[in-house]
Amino acid sequence: MPAPSQGNMAQQVRSLYRQLLRQGKQFTAYNYREYAKRRTIDAFHENKGVQDERKVQELVQKGLQELQMMKRQTVIGQFYQIDRLVIEGGQSGKETGKHGEIARQKEQGYD
Amino acid sequence: MVSITSSALRASSRLGCSSPLATSAASVATRSLSRTAAAVVARNASRRGYVTGTKHDSARVETAIKLDKKDFVDIPPPTPLDAPTNAKVSPMAQVLKQAAVMDEGQRPIYLDMQATTPVDPRVLDAMIPFYVGVYGNPHSRTHAYGWESEKAVEDARKHVADLIGADPKEIIFTSGATESNNMSIKGVARFFGRSGKKKHIITTQTEHKCVLDSCRHLQDDGFEVTYLPVQNDGLVNMKDLEAAIRPETALVSVMAVNNEIGVIQPIEEIGKLCRSKKVFFHTDAAQAVGKIPLDVNAMNIDLMSISSHKIYGPKGMGACYVRRRPRVRLDPIITGGGQERGLRSGTLAPPLVVGFGEACRIAKEEMSYDTKRIKYLSDRLLKGLLSLEHTTQNGAPNSFYPGCVNVSFAYVEGESLLMALKDIALSSGSACTSASLEPSYVLRALGNSDESAHSSIRFGIGRFTTEMEIDYVLKAVQERVTFLRELSPLWELVQEGIDLDTIQWSQH
Repeated sequence: MPAPSQGNMAQQVRSLYRQLLRQGKQFTAYNYREYAKRRTIDAFHENKGVQDERKVQELVQKGLQELQMMKRQTVIGQFYQIDRLVIEGGQSGKETGKHGEIARQKEQGYD
Repeated sequence: MVSITSSALRASSRLGCSSPLATSAASVATRSLSRTAAAVVARNASRRGYVTGTKHDSARVETAIKLDKKDFVDIPPPTPLDAPTNAKVSPMAQVLKQAAVMDEGQRPIYLDMQATTPVDPRVLDAMIPFYVGVYGNPHSRTHAYGWESEKAVEDARKHVADLIGADPKEIIFTSGATESNNMSIKGVARFFGRSGKKKHIITTQTEHKCVLDSCRHLQDDGFEVTYLPVQNDGLVNMKDLEAAIRPETALVSVMAVNNEIGVIQPIEEIGKLCRSKKVFFHTDAAQAVGKIPLDVNAMNIDLMSISSHKIYGPKGMGACYVRRRPRVRLDPIITGGGQERGLRSGTLAPPLVVGFGEACRIAKEEMSYDTKRIKYLSDRLLKGLLSLEHTTQNGAPNSFYPGCVNVSFAYVEGESLLMALKDIALSSGSACTSASLEPSYVLRALGNSDESAHSSIRFGIGRFTTEMEIDYVLKAVQERVTFLRELSPLWELVQEGIDLDTIQWSQH
């Protein structure tokens, strides 16, 4: 099998990046969702300058594994949905736009 | 029937009115009368024996549901019908969504990472296979189920060892840092105290409760314990420590990172000192492992306690590092099947062990990234909090773990601030003592006054904390501290420039 050309590889990486970001958004817990986004962006920026074909291949493999993990974990998270944090939907706690979803009201604490 | 009863009642009440003395007699009469009347009524109303068939209608649940429904009538209708059905919402949530809909969340922000941390999804992902399929006993040597579990356990052990620069054989899995601390302190003391020569232990006043309590137990067994005081910044004075070490000292136990104030002790120097004096050195690194770089060989650590749930692993898991060369001998607390080199018998839990190992692997891989991030968030938080007037940071400002920020807000009661900050999960001290209203013994050991110890709050920052959360917390704390101070008469006096210490409070 011939080695993938430079352009092919770049496209593969970009596709993986997009897939990772998209999958990360599926986390129901706010903190995991934000972490997935931040970690994905930072990891790709950190390895932006990697030229070595083999190293790129390794990183792509790692990214694919993370993608698989995220696919499983996001599904599990969706089964056990808990209430949203006070800051979700903006600094004020109010929902703006269609980004956030509907949350249920639930009393917290003992009193 | 009814008429008879009522007339009897009327008669008795008339009797009762005539003299107070007769009242009791009358009431007795009334009671007996009414009882007979009631019995007669019951007998006549329905001929019920001991066993009667359930009527058809009374067993229908539908009525109950109908009644309950009334409570929900005045709730505004849920989302418009054309709203897109959300695949993110679980089927159960889909049903509950009909009940009450609101636009904002209710769950508080989690900022208590010293108490425990959320499980990393990567860790959970590694654990699940061991709950659904790979269930062998890792100590079974006769079949493949055991072998696969054992391999996973040994891999995890290697990850834990790599994180602290140890050999995998030196890692003993336990149920948590508390067990590890107990095992180390009591184990070493009992083993070396048996000869009667080494009957002295040194620890500090700011240790975790489980270390202090283990030492107290040993005191009952005839050991001598020195509780070293700490300086105002929370650090141990090396000269004091050196002076406290005696020829009969068996063990020195100093925690690496304090759980309440985040102070990092000079572990390397203490290790060197202990090695030169030929004393075993135990460190409680539950808050330090995976957060600051640790190397047991470079730091001359002989025993180390590690906790899994402080590094985004599962709860109920921990490890104890026990040095092999020079060998540290322990008297095991838990004896039995001889697992874990005979130091901690009992079957291991492969899912927890694997989760712990994965958490250690991630902690090692991400340490530099996480440290940078936590430092950034911590600086942001600390800068914002200290910009409020009359706030001070507790602990050494140049030797503390940035993920643990302990700040005193003068003239505000810490517990009332915690109550006011209901939308933020915070604590004023360790989770073990959070049930009592006593001021933290750690802050008292630093020489803080009762008032200052009472007004302290601990902020814990972790891997999953976001900038938005920090900003929200800063805003909320600023608002509510100002509000609570406005209520306080002491604050008024301070604003007028009166020094509170000069006031003569009247005696009651």
